[in-house]
Amino acid sequence: MPINTHRSDDGHTLTIRIEGRFDFSTHQAFRNAYEQDNQEVKEFVVDLSQTTYLDSSALGMLLLLRDYAGGDGARIELKNCNNDVRRILTISNFEQLFSIK
Amino acid sequence: MTDSKPLRILIADDSDSDRLILKTLMKRLGHQVRATANGSEAVAIFPEYLPDVVLLDVMMPVMDGITAAREIKAMAGEELVPVIFLTSLTDAGALARCLDAGGDDFLTKPYNKIIIQAKLGAFNRMRQMHKTLSQQRDLIRERNRQLLEEQQLAKRVFDNIAHTGCLNADNIRHHVSPMSIFNGDILFACPRPAGGMHILIGDFTGHGLPAAIGALPIAEIFYGMTSMGFSGNDVLREVNDKLGRILPTGMFCCAAMIQADFHLNQLRIWNGGLPDVVLLRKGGPRELVPSRHLPLGVLDSARFDATMELFHTSAGDTLLMMTDGVLEAENEQAERYGEGRLKQALDTAPAGEPPIDTVLGAIRSFTGEQSGHDDLTLVSLDMVVASDFHESAERLPQSALKGPAQWHCVYEVRDDTLAQFSPLPLLLHICMEVPGLRRKSADIYTLLSELYTNALEHGVLGLSSDLKTSPDGFSYYYSERERRLEQVSGHYIRFTLTHSMTRKGGKLIITCEDSGQGFDHSSQITTGAADESGNANIKYSGRGLLLMQKLGHSLRYSEYGSRAEIVYDWELAIKQPGGWS
Repeated sequence: MPINTHRSDDGHTLTIRIEGRFDFSTHQAFRNAYEQDNQEVKEFVVDLSQTTYLDSSALGMLLLLRDYAGGDGARIELKNCNNDVRRILTISNFEQLFSIK
Repeated sequence: MTDSKPLRILIADDSDSDRLILKTLMKRLGHQVRATANGSEAVAIFPEYLPDVVLLDVMMPVMDGITAAREIKAMAGEELVPVIFLTSLTDAGALARCLDAGGDDFLTKPYNKIIIQAKLGAFNRMRQMHKTLSQQRDLIRERNRQLLEEQQLAKRVFDNIAHTGCLNADNIRHHVSPMSIFNGDILFACPRPAGGMHILIGDFTGHGLPAAIGALPIAEIFYGMTSMGFSGNDVLREVNDKLGRILPTGMFCCAAMIQADFHLNQLRIWNGGLPDVVLLRKGGPRELVPSRHLPLGVLDSARFDATMELFHTSAGDTLLMMTDGVLEAENEQAERYGEGRLKQALDTAPAGEPPIDTVLGAIRSFTGEQSGHDDLTLVSLDMVVASDFHESAERLPQSALKGPAQWHCVYEVRDDTLAQFSPLPLLLHICMEVPGLRRKSADIYTLLSELYTNALEHGVLGLSSDLKTSPDGFSYYYSERERRLEQVSGHYIRFTLTHSMTRKGGKLIITCEDSGQGFDHSSQITTGAADESGNANIKYSGRGLLLMQKLGHSLRYSEYGSRAEIVYDWELAIKQPGGWS
């Protein structure tokens, strides 16, 4: 599976891990990952440690998640991105919208 | 004489009558004979006559049989020339002395024709067998010499391929055992264009030439893909796929792949079948990274898992990797070195000693004189501060030519191929032939990919990004993309790449044209990033154009959006503010 999810023990944090390429082909799986069974979730973590590439449609999907999680009040962390992925996020000024670690 | 051609027989006997009897007997049996009267004459005639069998009387004047036998055996050297003593002696001690002197047998007087015939036959068979064995041995010796010579030559070629890269970097230490010319072990290291490096250590099943042959494609893939900026798991997938296709079942490669990043100070580790990789934290604590995967070349690409584990490190941490040979090293009692002893050696290591020296020293004192069985490979990597690691594209292996500088190419994808095939890897590959562009592979890929996506989705398929205004719109957009792609016909997407050199570097012009109706790029492109921050109404699309604008030197659309041109000036790109080093 290219997308895995993991919930913290208290159920408040949902971690979504994307393996390989994060592009349009993962759209449905990514959406399912955060929309399903998440009443208690207060914080989303997108783990990009296994993500090799990210394109502009993935940026759109991250924005969808942000709006889904409450827009400006959303708590979303993007973590463990490699240099190439980070560069794309930086160029797109996503640091202003997400917490990138 | 029924079974063989006549033998050349040399006789020495001082008794004229005995000599005549024997000579007559031999001639009747069909053999050629030279008869002499004492040992000295026999010795003198031997080198010229080269007899097959020598018959010597024991007691003779001038030189006796025993002395003559010694001289004749010495002259015969490696060749077997049976010496049979002629004697009327019956004393066991005297007979034994004849054999001690190098004699092979004796005949007692008076002669018995049947016994003589049988003994000559037996010795002739022995002589022929000896001759055959000697010839075969000489042949094997010669073949082996040729083989070793060829292997030595092949090893020089192999070493040039397998041990280029950055194994000699300041923060890498390694030991490759010299057991055989090719053992099954491989060790590669290569800097990555965007910084950091890849290390691959492996152990093929088997030894010698088969293992070396498997190593060659791995080296090519490893160095090729790493230099082009591919990540560790991409390299692993490709290597696994290749080995799966070329290796016979039962042959595979246990390996560990390391992707080191000195900027972020982190390691990604994949271990398939090698002993635990040991991460020695500065100050003592150790972490083990056990094998969690099958070796390379076993699983097909659909089931292969290239997931690498992530470890955050700090300067001063050391990573230690080894092949099976370390744990399997044997001492004189045939005990194996094993994990316990390895752990103990690391536990009791003197402070400041490089761990690889600790382990090598411990193995040497354990195996003692058994070092001939040494068949192990070890490598250690010290995590350093990025600025201490002199990484540069100059370290990358480069072809003798500087690569293409001035070129132009057009590549057009048509009709239903649009639905089945992505031209991006091929186009990226063409661009990566330019050495100066290799460090920029991520940029180039993004530019090509965004251009292609726009041309395909907005141009050929006529999808509007206006659909992407809601989560459901997003879903609709992609299901519609799939549906329309299946029906696509009569369309094309054409890439035109032009590269030329500039004073400060080079310039790549990428043009992407499609057969669609065009799209409204102007309204999209105004969605600037600066407007977005703090703006609650953020569009979900339009970021591709923005990315291209920022990565490229200029982006221009024409033909109502069905033709896009990007100029990528690669020396200038490096110096752009905010660019990543």
